[in-house]
Amino acid sequence: MNVTAPAAVEPVPRGALARRVGRGAATWLPAVVVFAAGLAGWQWVFSPLAGKFLLPRPSAIARSLSDNHHVLLSAGWFTFKEALGGFVIGAGVAILVALVLARWRRLGEALMPYAIAVNAVPIIAFAPITNAWFGVLNPHSKWAIAGVLCFFPVLVNTLRGLTSVAPESIELMRSYAASQVEVFRRLRIPAALPFVFTGLRVATVLAMIGAIVGDYFGGSTRALGVQIENSITLFDFPLGWAAIVVASAFGIAFYVAVVATERVALRGAPSTRD
Amino acid sequence: MSVVELAGVTKRFERGGTVALEGIDLTIETGEFTSLIGPSGCGKSTLLRVIGDLIPPTAGRVTVNGKSAHQARLDRDYGIVFQNAVLYDWRTVTKNIALPLEMLGWSRTRRAERIREMVELVELSGFEDHHPWQLSGGMQQRVSIARALSFSPPLLLMDEPFGALDEMTRERLNMELLRIWQETASTIVFVTHSIAEAVFLSTRVVVMSPRPGRIAEIVDVDLAQPRTAATREDPRYFELVTAVREALARGGAARAVERELVAGEEP
Repeated sequence: MNVTAPAAVEPVPRGALARRVGRGAATWLPAVVVFAAGLAGWQWVFSPLAGKFLLPRPSAIARSLSDNHHVLLSAGWFTFKEALGGFVIGAGVAILVALVLARWRRLGEALMPYAIAVNAVPIIAFAPITNAWFGVLNPHSKWAIAGVLCFFPVLVNTLRGLTSVAPESIELMRSYAASQVEVFRRLRIPAALPFVFTGLRVATVLAMIGAIVGDYFGGSTRALGVQIENSITLFDFPLGWAAIVVASAFGIAFYVAVVATERVALRGAPSTRD
Repeated sequence: MSVVELAGVTKRFERGGTVALEGIDLTIETGEFTSLIGPSGCGKSTLLRVIGDLIPPTAGRVTVNGKSAHQARLDRDYGIVFQNAVLYDWRTVTKNIALPLEMLGWSRTRRAERIREMVELVELSGFEDHHPWQLSGGMQQRVSIARALSFSPPLLLMDEPFGALDEMTRERLNMELLRIWQETASTIVFVTHSIAEAVFLSTRVVVMSPRPGRIAEIVDVDLAQPRTAATREDPRYFELVTAVREALARGGAARAVERELVAGEEP
């Protein structure tokens, strides 16, 4: 039978780039308009209504941000490192535990109900306890709470990925007389990667929350959570808001970094195709 | 020499106590193209998996290539093709075909050479770097066949490989499969519930009856080789189709097959 070769890449027609930029703008424009409208409403409507003291204007927050950017950025970096430490430990342990539970299913079946039950516990409430265990100034106390927060979503997603392989894929492996190690290496782990990344994305957000809330219960004065708490205690609301903006920026950057890694790692998968 | 020997093979599933297979005796000689046909639930797919040592029989003896089915599996004596292509999404066409070769520890150069041959054999040149989701169902199934044949196993097990494809693609792949069978001189065990497909492809059609799964009859297909489009118009072809249909009916499968006809799964 005849097989048509894939069509060669066609040269980009003139004006295509401009059109693509135009189409990009059309996609982004509504979101940008909403953002601008939101800021304007905050600046001239909500903030005067609520009182500039309790709800500072975006312009005041921006001024505070630019006046204190050196302190805030270094505090943001400090807290991001706390979050990253927890993320690496929590996600790393979760992936290892998921591999063990997927390999020995009986063990998994015995332990998973408890893992799911513990997942429903508001783990963030343990932050004062990890502070007490490791010491408020020791970053390990923030690693602990951020790590525990990251652990469950990564565990649950990874385990689902490792075990949701089609039975025929397993039969194919058995027909090759594959060992368990080979089944994991060539089938279960690659099949689980999209699930792992879903867990990791959720974990980035949780790690930042864990680190900042951990700071609230006591931490180094260089930490962002402590900066937020102190500025609110001193009624410097614009500074508090500016610190929150920095926390969000680090959180978003963290999330985007994981998504970018996912794009590279899963470039062959249908879910990431353009 | 016989490639597959089944003696008194019985399979009882513990859950529900279903008897999927009972007292199956069957010998398949080298180079034969044997189809297993029967209505849903007659155990034909189970029988294929018993031959492949993917399901252990409850009783009976299974010999593949002169050794136990288990040893044959460990020796990678067969390739298998499922109804779904079962390709790994994260691997390209080339890498999917390479999968068994990697597991057999073939060197990179030897793999590359064999993959080139296989891509040519199943006529997928130009699609080497495509991912499975970029291919049509028929092309995916050809990758699956190439993967099963890549390490030249003496036996090819096929479980309704074309069941999910449209009629046109199915007929075209039937022709391709016959060509590959002749070029590679392999032995094929082919599960189907299409009477026309079974007669067209096979040297022998094993008609099975359900509950418990038994061999009802064996119809020898004496159509001339190689089979061509003209074979489908041969009066002998129609006689054999009728023979298989009557054997199915005698096997108590008539109603089940009719149901499948109504469901549109049969030509």
